[in-house]
Amino acid sequence: MLDFITRIFNRESTASKNIAKERLRLVLVHDRASVSPQLLQTLKEDLIRVISNYMVIDEEALEVNLENSENQVALIANIPIKSMKRNVNAV
Amino acid sequence: MGEVIVVTSGKGGVGKTTTTANLGTGLAQLGYKVALVDADIGLRNLDVVLGLENRIVYDITDVTGGHCRLRQALIKDKRYEGLFLLPAAQTKDKTAVSPDQMKALCEDLSQEFDYVIIDCPAGIEQGFRNAIAGAHRAIVVTTPEVSAVRDADRIIGLLEAAELRDPKLIINRVRHKMVAAGDMMSIDDIIDILAVDLLGVVPEDEMVIITTNRGEAVIQDDRSRSGMAFRNIVRRITGEQVPLLPLEEGGLFSKLRRLMGFK
Ligand SMILES: Nc1ncnc2c1ncn2[C@@H]1O[C@H](COP(=O)(O)OP(=O)(O)OP(=O)(O)O)[C@@H](O)[C@H]1O
Ligand SMILES: [Mg+2]
Repeated sequence: MLDFITRIFNRESTASKNIAKERLRLVLVHDRASVSPQLLQTLKEDLIRVISNYMVIDEEALEVNLENSENQVALIANIPIKSMKRNVNAV
Repeated sequence: MGEVIVVTSGKGGVGKTTTTANLGTGLAQLGYKVALVDADIGLRNLDVVLGLENRIVYDITDVTGGHCRLRQALIKDKRYEGLFLLPAAQTKDKTAVSPDQMKALCEDLSQEFDYVIIDCPAGIEQGFRNAIAGAHRAIVVTTPEVSAVRDADRIIGLLEAAELRDPKLIINRVRHKMVAAGDMMSIDDIIDILAVDLLGVVPEDEMVIITTNRGEAVIQDDRSRSGMAFRNIVRRITGEQVPLLPLEEGGLFSKLRRLMGFK
């Protein structure tokens, strides 16, 4: 309820153009990612390369996805680790 | 060799045909030789917007199909010496022309004309692919609405994939009072989101409808605000640096540095 009231009085964030802008921003994250299906694949390969410097991961089981939550899009990566490398120097 | 420019948008009804007619008329007023190509096959429009609908004998598919010569199909405007229209076919569909044929056609036209402006159909299907096939440059038209800007973003991606880089944006039907009240996305909002260069801003204006009713372009009207906006866009296309007028930005601060000439 309080949230509702503050929203009514907070013109800055409820001005309809701000709602339009925010919705556009979210929808374009998805649109742009799906215009190039290669994007997630390339990202996956880059992730594997970087992470493999530190640990042994299960490349087959690795999952990377864009997910929608309330008002943001998140990159969710699920990366099963098989083992840690012993000789990685702490930076 | 002339420049081939495609006017496109993704979403329908945002002002591609209006823009094409006005830019063509404006460039012809400046003395350039201009060919306007209606690539909206099956939904011929540019002829009526220009008031040339009674003079059509041949259309674009007659040219690509070899039934007539390009010269025969071009309709000469009565008011402006250098202005010509190549009409779309009304009774065929978009597959009646191929991208390769369009490319060849644009090549031929650009030998004779300073500017070739192609009115693209809405959508991202073959009609779109035909329209962009022979283009050197692209103008993307949008309105300040979520769906139109979203489609513009998609089109910009597809243009890039087709190696038509650096498209320029026209924001049409802007209502400055609504922008000032926070109820319409501003020029800056849209430019921020799309990250392209702005070619111009055209206000919502009754005169567009009134002049279109008469088969005239609003750019011929010296006093209308939209006509003035189109005149500025024409000058930018010819390479002149014309800053956004207050009437274009609605008195609000706008990113002048993103505003570029066409060349
Ligand atoms: N700045 C403006 N102010 C008022 N009306 C406008 C403006 N621009 C365009 N219109 C009107 O909007 C309608 C659609 O414009 P137009 O036909 O140019 O769009 P389009 O993008 O070519 O549509 P389509 O996708 O169907 O080809 C027309 O009736 C036109 O007169
Ligand atoms: Mg049209």
